[in-house]
Amino acid sequence: MLANSKRDPLETLKQFTPARIGVGRTGTRPLTKDVLQFRTDHAAAVDSVYGTVPDKILSEFNLFSVTTQVESMEHYLKRPDHGRLLADDAKAFLQKNCLQAPEVQVVVSDGLSAKAIEENLSDVYPALIDSLESYNLQIGTSFFVKGGRVACMDEIGEILKPKALVLLIGERPGLMSAESMSAYMCYQPGKGKKESDRMVISNIHKRGTPPIEAAAHIGTLIDKMLQQQTSGVHLIV
Amino acid sequence: MYKTTTLLGETFSFHSLKEIMAKANEERSGDELAGISAGSMKERMAAKQVLADLTLSEIRNYPLLSPDEDNVSALIENQLEAAVYEIIKNWTVAELREYILSDQHVSDDLLTLSQGLSSEMIAATAKIMSNLDLIQAASKIEVQTTCQTTIGQKGILASRAQPNHPSDNIKGMRASLYEALSYGIGDAVIGINPVIDTTDNIYALLHETKNVINEWSIPTQNCVLSHVTSQMRAIEKGAPADLIFQSLAGTEAGNDSFGISLSMLDEATALIKEKGTAAGPNRWYFETGQGSELSSEAHFGIDQVTLEARCYGLARHYKPFIVNTVVGFIGPEYLYNSKQVLRAGLEDHFMGKMHGLPMGVDVCYTNHMDADQNDMDNLSMLLGTAGVNFMIGVPMADDCMLNYQSLSYHDIATVRQVLGQTPAPLFALWLEEQGITQNGRFTSKAGDPTIFMNLT
Repeated sequence: MLANSKRDPLETLKQFTPARIGVGRTGTRPLTKDVLQFRTDHAAAVDSVYGTVPDKILSEFNLFSVTTQVESMEHYLKRPDHGRLLADDAKAFLQKNCLQAPEVQVVVSDGLSAKAIEENLSDVYPALIDSLESYNLQIGTSFFVKGGRVACMDEIGEILKPKALVLLIGERPGLMSAESMSAYMCYQPGKGKKESDRMVISNIHKRGTPPIEAAAHIGTLIDKMLQQQTSGVHLIV
Repeated sequence: MYKTTTLLGETFSFHSLKEIMAKANEERSGDELAGISAGSMKERMAAKQVLADLTLSEIRNYPLLSPDEDNVSALIENQLEAAVYEIIKNWTVAELREYILSDQHVSDDLLTLSQGLSSEMIAATAKIMSNLDLIQAASKIEVQTTCQTTIGQKGILASRAQPNHPSDNIKGMRASLYEALSYGIGDAVIGINPVIDTTDNIYALLHETKNVINEWSIPTQNCVLSHVTSQMRAIEKGAPADLIFQSLAGTEAGNDSFGISLSMLDEATALIKEKGTAAGPNRWYFETGQGSELSSEAHFGIDQVTLEARCYGLARHYKPFIVNTVVGFIGPEYLYNSKQVLRAGLEDHFMGKMHGLPMGVDVCYTNHMDADQNDMDNLSMLLGTAGVNFMIGVPMADDCMLNYQSLSYHDIATVRQVLGQTPAPLFALWLEEQGITQNGRFTSKAGDPTIFMNLT
């Protein structure tokens, strides 16, 4: 069933899956190049978890930085609940420096992959702003949250009261891509919001969902949320 | 229950069995996240000392979660074989450990003993055992089960081929499966984790895995690991399934968050017996893993080792063909690093075997965990020596759909070779017939997936 090609049969098989097949062996062990490639891909994934987003990227878009209650990467990994809560000084800072109750608030966070932000923000962020502006939406003061989890949206929602919020956050890296970003969206985020109230566009990177396409899609969804005044499983798309 | 003990000049008090059980655990991030772990090494040892002196009847008489409030508790309580329990009820946990480890007690003795033990008693024993204790005890217990074929015999290391594809592409699944078969992987089950949980897709994947089995007369069983209800709908429509799958939790509330109930499991049991394609009698494939109850806020302050044991108490009621703990999948907030994953893998394997279950382990980790493939090499060898029934293999250890790392097809072949273990008997014969092995050793065909392409 799989052999309708005159090409090398192994190449035929390999084209059907991104899985690491047809690698061969010496004894029962894989060949050296495949072992080292695998370990290299793992190294890239680990580095993106433990990396930091360069200040240059953040200043390019005038994003100031606040922190969560997380104090180190180990702390972040062990206490997801602390990554959902902003540091005490962050709350006052946001109240002082951000537009209150905008139609759309955009937040960026490193999450589990600083590399995802480093690689994708320059493409996604301006396109997202363009997309939101094309719907004539009022955009709040964007900022960066270091050590954020997805549900930090709720506390930000309580502080700034936006109608809708977009969180661009680094995903848990895989070996295929260590630089994949997600966009989480919620209508009127705040205490008591459930996962089913949020919407997500995941796998945003150059070989996944293209950044520009993702930005356009986010704009469309946000516009629908504001029209229908809901999000998540309740939104009709 | 109130217990107090003095250790190294310091007095420690414990106010409940729940507290003793939690604090007696080896260190793990999930217990810290739940706020129930020991505050110091000394307190941990004090809890272990107190636990070792408790009798089995004390453990039974102080339920961590009342059978009136939780149907998993009720099931575990009702399973207890009174005749066996009466003999052992005055043993301490320390004596239970020593009975299990004694040379005088072989597999049958331990499986008989098992009938009088609750999941909490088995968990308690694991907490006062060292890693080598867990290996030694588990290695004595032989649990054979039969679906289409039989696995679990002494000296047999079976394997699940996990040919997942990021979009459930049938040709891609086949390509990955051919690779598995060419390394002698797939004797426990050919099992797909689907991306799309629709009846039509489950139906298609069950058909396609069965087609490969039929085309090549492979002595194994197929399974698609979706939610049990979507498998049931596919099977009702006539999809060929040897096994039916479900993830389990150790509390009723945890199972509720998985969207399952005991009556649903009963219904699935009846359906797979009536309409499944295997001779049986064992037709369930269950998966578990420490931390799932905490992640769904269904843990009732009970530690994750005890909750994992309770999953096995639930599983054994259904006489499964295979049970698998997905030990390193859940993430660093439950098992932080390789030391914790390794310990949990050995605990789960022992506790499952002590329940009389056909235990396998998905030796695995995620990229935000402090672990790497060398740690999986270590754990796979330890589990091999402990006599694990099966392990899971994916191409080059990289699951391109679930985005985590497990063992490679190569790794399982290597563990077999190093430890002198073989695939399931019928599957080993099939490998010889296909010319993949000769007298149990790889031939030049081994590792070549193209031998399964129909070139006519």
